Amino acid sequence: MRNPLNDKIVNVKPSGIRKFFDIVSEMPDAISLGVGEPDFDTPWHVRDEGIFSLEKGKTFYTSNAGLMGLRQEISAYINRRQGITYDPAKEILVTVGGSEAIDVALRCMLNPGEEVIIPQPCYVSYEPCAVMADGVPVIIDLKHENDFRLTPEELEAAITDKTKVLVLAFPNNPTGAIMERKDLEAIAEVIIKHDIYVISDEIYSELSYHGDHVSIATLPGMKERTIMINGFSKSYAMTGWRLGYACGPEVILKQMIKLHQFAIMCAPTTSQYAAIEALRNGDEDVAAMRESYNERRRYLLHVFREMGLECFEPFGAFYVFPCIKEFGMTSDEFAIRFLEEEKVAVVPGTAFGDSGEGFLRISYAYSLDNLKEALGRMKRFITRLREEKDKN
Amino acid sequence: MRERILTIIEKDSRIDLKELAVMLGKEEIDVVNEIAAMEKEGIICGYHTLIDWEKTSIEKVSALIEVRVTPQRGQGFDNIAERIYNYPEVNSVYLISGAYDLLVTLEGKSLKEVSNFVSDKLSTLDTVLSTATHFILKKYKDHGTVLTQKNLDERLKFTP
Ligand SMILES: Cc1ncc(COP(=O)(O)O)c(C=O)c1O
Repeated sequence: MRNPLNDKIVNVKPSGIRKFFDIVSEMPDAISLGVGEPDFDTPWHVRDEGIFSLEKGKTFYTSNAGLMGLRQEISAYINRRQGITYDPAKEILVTVGGSEAIDVALRCMLNPGEEVIIPQPCYVSYEPCAVMADGVPVIIDLKHENDFRLTPEELEAAITDKTKVLVLAFPNNPTGAIMERKDLEAIAEVIIKHDIYVISDEIYSELSYHGDHVSIATLPGMKERTIMINGFSKSYAMTGWRLGYACGPEVILKQMIKLHQFAIMCAPTTSQYAAIEALRNGDEDVAAMRESYNERRRYLLHVFREMGLECFEPFGAFYVFPCIKEFGMTSDEFAIRFLEEEKVAVVPGTAFGDSGEGFLRISYAYSLDNLKEALGRMKRFITRLREEKDKN
Repeated sequence: MRERILTIIEKDSRIDLKELAVMLGKEEIDVVNEIAAMEKEGIICGYHTLIDWEKTSIEKVSALIEVRVTPQRGQGFDNIAERIYNYPEVNSVYLISGAYDLLVTLEGKSLKEVSNFVSDKLSTLDTVLSTATHFILKKYKDHGTVLTQKNLDERLKFTP
């Protein structure tokens, strides 16, 4: 038989998390610090609105770009949080999670051979999606000493005459790093100078613990060259509802809506009704969850300091990214031994790019009790590792 | 800081104060002092344990009693409320708006004990016009805590 497959997808590396998944599934009593989703349930009033929409028989397709009412709420929300306005009729697309928005944006913007700059460590989907869109990923290895922020020098050095798009993802998964206004201003200058575009994945925008998140789209000259991606998964604890959105200039959005129309039709209707409620009446829920994450973040950092584990202070998302280089093993080796010996699952930094080597992603989207238990085991584990090292 | 402390200890009064201070990004001594001050000011009135007696072998009956009373000149409802809340078997007494005046919650060993309290003690007070007793059959949720189910973490152990 002929080869049924497309070479590009065959050559895409499977997610680095897969291997751990298989080990963990054999270990029913393992506890985890490995999730990338909130531990909260979706607020009840939001779930209730979804249920209500089903009761009323709202079970049809919506318009391709999403319910107008939802796009209007998205527009109002961004205006309220960022002070810029997107036209609900032409500049907003409701998608199946931020995930779809990333994929569609890349596919609509890249021509074969055009380069996409991807600062790593980062979320796992940008690189494969860029490849599938015929783009060429150009990786920037972000540095621990810069608190994993992107610097204008790093960006400048990665730009060629083929560069089309920069993927900017702050607050960041897996590092928890943020980019503040001054950091963004410095890179915006480079972006404008070289006339490139930005896909800004702001899915963790509400989980920022050092002042409010600033979107790069709000800087002068940037709105017309930025696709802002956000969604409901993290801020409203709605991962399973699969709902996100993209906002940006009409010229790009028009094509994204077209592709979305052919590939997806529309985002799930029930989720869209629930999301309207989330945006209308969910600000307090978001604030309460943010406060709770922030408390756990402080707790985790404190415990890491007590353990003498090197860790920069992350100000966003719900991850910390401690450095384990002192133990002289790779992130993978550490994570596997930790899992086998103490039955705690953490994600090796390398799952998010080579520059994650020497780091672990630890999620604090867990109850305090769970965190305490896991950190107790971690302390025991690294004490043992240090003793081993002293003996040798 | 007060609001956060109260919000947290309202759910978990046994939280380690050192941990609480770390979580709030404050010094332990400041948190301890703040709590002491709130105890003194009567903002923090006690530290109780939420018990689902249903799951023990100990018999308990709880009831809500609606009480209509005649307010007294110069005293309003305070005097009658006090006469009711002084009974140790009374859990709570609220003055409320609507069709009746006081909502009394009560715990006893048996239906009989509760009924006796209502007929002998409560109804016989001068100012009490009428009572309506509702026995609690099942507690689903109490003090913000769902008693009927345990929430398991059903998330995948690893997600990117
Ligand atoms: C940085 C980042 N972007 C996007 C996503 C995708 O989220 P969703 O498709 O649920 O909106 C995630 C999920 O983990 C993420 O961490």
